[in-house]
Amino acid sequence: MYPSRFNYESPKTLAEAIALLDSGGGETKVLAGGQSLIPMMKLRFAFPGTVVDINNIPGLNYHRFDPDGTLRIGALCRHEDLEFSDVIAKGQQTIAAAAPLVADPIVRARGTFVGSLCHADPQGDWSAVMIALNGRVVVQGPKGKREIAMKDFVLGPFQTAMEFNEMAIEAVIPAPVGQSRGGYLKLERRVGDFATASVAVAVEITGGKVVRAGIAMAGVGGKTIDATDAASSLVGQALTEANIAKVAAAVAAVAEPRSDHRGSSDYKRQIISTFVTRILTSIANPTKKAA
Amino acid sequence: MALDEIKIGGMGASRRRVEDNRFIRGKGNYVDDIVLPDMLHMEILRSPVAHARIKSIDVSKAWDTPGVRLVLTGEMMAARNLAWMPTLSYDTQAVLATDKVRFQGQEVCAVIADDPYIAKDACSKIVVDYEILPAIVNPLQAADPASVLIRDDKENQPGNKVFDWEIGDKAGTDKAFAAADKISKIELHYPRTHPSPLECCGSIADYDRATGKLTVYMTSQAPHIVRAAVALVAELPEHQIRIVSPDIGGGFGNKVPIYPGYVISILASILTEKPVKWIEDKTGNLISTGFGRDVYLKGELALRKDGRILGVRMNTISDHGAFFSDAQPSKFKIGLMHSAFACYDIPVAHMMSTGYYTNKAPGGVAYRCSFRVTEAMFFQERMVQAAADDLGMDQAEFRRINFVKDDEFPHRTAFGFLTDSGQYGKCLEIGLEAIGYKNFAKEKAEAASRGRLLGIGISTMTEPLGAGNSREYDILGIKMFDSAELRVHMSGKALLRTGAKSQGQGHETTWAQIVAHELGIPAEDIVVEEGDTDTAPFGMGTYASRSTPVAGAAVAMVARKIRAKARKIAAHLLEVSEEDIEWELGRFYVRSNQDRGVTIQECAMAAYSNMPDGMEPGLENNAYYDPPNLTWPFACYIAKVEIDPETGVWDVLQFVAVDDCGVRINPMIVEGQIMGGLTEAYAMANMQYITYDEEGNCIGANYMDFLLPTAWETPGFELYEVVTPCPHHPIGAKGVGECATVGGPAAFVNAVMDALKDKGVRNIDMPLMPNRVYEALTTGKDIYGMPPVRVGN
Amino acid sequence: MSSLYEEISAPPAGDVPVRRVTIDVNGQARTVDVEPRLLLAHLIRQGLKLTGTHTGCDTTSCGACTVLFDGRPIKSCTMFAVQADGHKVETVESLASASELHPIQEGFKEKHGLQCGFCTPGMMMAAKALLERNLNPTEDEVRWAISGNLCRCTGYQNIVKAILWAAEKMRAESN
Repeated sequence: MYPSRFNYESPKTLAEAIALLDSGGGETKVLAGGQSLIPMMKLRFAFPGTVVDINNIPGLNYHRFDPDGTLRIGALCRHEDLEFSDVIAKGQQTIAAAAPLVADPIVRARGTFVGSLCHADPQGDWSAVMIALNGRVVVQGPKGKREIAMKDFVLGPFQTAMEFNEMAIEAVIPAPVGQSRGGYLKLERRVGDFATASVAVAVEITGGKVVRAGIAMAGVGGKTIDATDAASSLVGQALTEANIAKVAAAVAAVAEPRSDHRGSSDYKRQIISTFVTRILTSIANPTKKAA
Repeated sequence: MALDEIKIGGMGASRRRVEDNRFIRGKGNYVDDIVLPDMLHMEILRSPVAHARIKSIDVSKAWDTPGVRLVLTGEMMAARNLAWMPTLSYDTQAVLATDKVRFQGQEVCAVIADDPYIAKDACSKIVVDYEILPAIVNPLQAADPASVLIRDDKENQPGNKVFDWEIGDKAGTDKAFAAADKISKIELHYPRTHPSPLECCGSIADYDRATGKLTVYMTSQAPHIVRAAVALVAELPEHQIRIVSPDIGGGFGNKVPIYPGYVISILASILTEKPVKWIEDKTGNLISTGFGRDVYLKGELALRKDGRILGVRMNTISDHGAFFSDAQPSKFKIGLMHSAFACYDIPVAHMMSTGYYTNKAPGGVAYRCSFRVTEAMFFQERMVQAAADDLGMDQAEFRRINFVKDDEFPHRTAFGFLTDSGQYGKCLEIGLEAIGYKNFAKEKAEAASRGRLLGIGISTMTEPLGAGNSREYDILGIKMFDSAELRVHMSGKALLRTGAKSQGQGHETTWAQIVAHELGIPAEDIVVEEGDTDTAPFGMGTYASRSTPVAGAAVAMVARKIRAKARKIAAHLLEVSEEDIEWELGRFYVRSNQDRGVTIQECAMAAYSNMPDGMEPGLENNAYYDPPNLTWPFACYIAKVEIDPETGVWDVLQFVAVDDCGVRINPMIVEGQIMGGLTEAYAMANMQYITYDEEGNCIGANYMDFLLPTAWETPGFELYEVVTPCPHHPIGAKGVGECATVGGPAAFVNAVMDALKDKGVRNIDMPLMPNRVYEALTTGKDIYGMPPVRVGN
Repeated sequence: MSSLYEEISAPPAGDVPVRRVTIDVNGQARTVDVEPRLLLAHLIRQGLKLTGTHTGCDTTSCGACTVLFDGRPIKSCTMFAVQADGHKVETVESLASASELHPIQEGFKEKHGLQCGFCTPGMMMAAKALLERNLNPTEDEVRWAISGNLCRCTGYQNIVKAILWAAEKMRAESN
């Protein structure tokens, strides 16, 4: 309940923030929403020497579609900004489905999308969404900006590919080539619980056929599981009951769930398969809602 | 004219609560809100391991932390004879560990510092060298004679057994079973869970060396019991101890026991000569304080082929953790488990109970359970469900034919309780009608066509509330009466104090309603106080739904004493003899001339200014009530659930609660209690449990693992009422606070089992998490025990 | 605070970081020196003596500490007090005006939306945030909006009724 002592900095510019990370010798931690970092500090699982609060840096709280359809989400975009966003509701179904399921409504008012990616919790909802959407993270350090594909961004539980003196400033979801559709389903025993299993599905459809399919899972392995290969059987196909069943089975097969008190590994695979089926079925028949 | 009882806030009025006025403004006065001058803060260092010998403790770095005033170890406590304290069940419990730690989370050291952050810093600098011992995490292991001895601190403790207890007629029961047409058997585990009120436990101990008085502000449901215990443990004189329970943020039984933290804070105050505040965190609360349940049952019903139950056999094994600290009437080792089957007319029964020590948090009786009646009624209704299924009988019909009938009271149950009233059949009929029982087959078929499994679960019971009569009930030898003191001032306004202690039940509102009912003083003219042992009359506190039955009765009795005196004053004022006086609400009048009368307020004024000759002045009195019997509320709870067979997730489509708690003082408050209890029932049935891995690590020591349902998961509840006044209670009321937690869980579980009946599943132990339901319905196999913490991949 | 007397305690040891912050708390500017690690909930309760906000867990789960931060609900146990520098914090003590209760407070009393009162301040602030965004919520929307606030006593049904009652009153008053 009581964090250990730390130094606090509240830079007003990005350059200042990066300079603080650079001079911090790896003992600094960026504070954005704080809804993952602060709970860990209160339990003394995390004890950075210096906390760099980026909430006072202007120009980071945005989410928008570029004219070409690229979706950009700034470092201080809160989960609820996406949950209540008209443009997301209209234009990005996977994110629209996942946003209400992140944590709880009060945490969503403060926690950030990008911060959640940087926290790299293997059960994180947004990591799965980003993998399914083939997203990238824009990262900035003293040497400048670079972009890291989401699948290369997370190295392991709570570990990212960022250098100690880099911070994530934006998440980028590439413009869809076809009509973008998607969904997200999560089995949680109650609001705010860790996922027993969850699936992010993002497909793009042109002329009734799938031109791109991304699927990723959380809660069924020590990391986010990228099932895009398993989903590739959909490419070039229409969403028929048979195709859906095939991909659902293939996706469940690449999950790596552990048997524990939330269920056996077979059970978790069953959830994955059921959720993939339901999401794809509702995409194929928009009148039937996935639940 | 008699006053309108509802208008003055008497019985039956859904009077809005007095307590709310401060709570909605954020002006509650909980223990952590209280600040005393020069107050210090205490943090407890807890054991990270379940069972280990303590080889050494190095507190030097803690002492060196700036701002630290005192560091306490078990050795220092032992030097003052305070390393161990008695429990409410005649066992002993470690205050700070000396030789060994016996459960994960056990208190090892305490740091007292200028602020809680510093105290926590210092705690993390304490180094303890543990020599790990094997951990015993269930009674089966505990019973093994080769297992390690947990309580090697006790003399004459040969193994890990706490007690053996037996009740009923073994020979008669064996005979009944021998003659049975069918025997229905079931094995159940009621998992360990926790009351987990939102506010954690805490105390502020303030020892004043100048006066020798110890004041302790404390989260206690029973401040007078604490005063007696502190006098015993701290060897301070009872009249120099003041326990103050201010506002309490939920109790549910968790705040009845006396925890080491309280005792340590008292010693710390004595040693530092300053007030010491100890507020535990949620982990401390979940990992170390009074939990609930953790009982295994082997149950059997001897059945006649027409559906009559001929006999009951119950064999329970209970897990008490490292210390036997159950808060329950001392005569009953397994609480009132033998109240099971009280609503059914059964000739003979037998129960054997064994309790064991394990390397887990101590306790077992807490959590809105009426002293293990939660276990009794859950086991009962699961056994009844299984028996009806085994006979191929309709669930409602099986209960109907076995109920004690309305005209069969008083009724002596097979285990020896005396029930005095009931309309069990009526409750059931109302519930069945409300849930649409007749139409269910159709609904079930319609759901099946959508690929969903529907089930209905019934739970009916009567339970004993209001412990209890002095012949049979005591805690540590102190009888379980309760009290009320009423002072009517000269203006007719009044002050009422009782020995109960509300933690959200609304006593400040409801006790005034009883006085309004008896005396016609408007409820808003009556202020109610509880919780300060310096001012409150002696009582045994509020838990086990005993307050309305016992303290509420005392309130009625003291009001009647006041009214009897006021009647004499009225006769004096009206210049007639007492025999000519009649009473109507708020007023005495002359029978032969009804226009001539005096109000209760006029009598009050006269008590101070115009007394009859020879009468003691004033209008104040008290009453101590020894209840002649327990009260017997009863209920029928019915759940209708729908299972998604692809995921095992089940939703509650409808839940009906029919409760008879006798005369309802405040219907709004009664309904609030029922809804709260049903939510806890739902929680236990669905998600809320504590378990341990094989090393004794506790899973469920924070709100990420110990799951409470939110407003999103929690179903809505339809409430109905039946009123059968309690024949012996002065106002015909019964207890109600725990009925829903007692009867509720079986309704949910029975409903899921009903939905899975065709799959060949007979039992899934709680919590009925989706994976367990899925596993059962796909394999057709029962699911026993707690969810496994780790299973091979 | 009396200007007649102010005790100066020993300055913090050299290595203890301290920041001076000014926070608008319930409409009043409060300036305090705090250690960065001090949680906002603790500043509110112990520093500013506004004890209506409660702490009920250690995993950001229960929401008893919910306050409004620049109008949005946050769990004040999961923010450092230093972060509130220059920002606006509203606690339960700000709901009632000098002369009357907020409709949310009235609704909780009218509909028996509280028993022990411990979750109540956090619930009401979460409700306030909801109603500022949506003055005509459905029952589901209410349940969803308070799904970050745990209650052990009421079973939520009356809390939902209380919030819907308040919404109706606020709609009527705004017409």
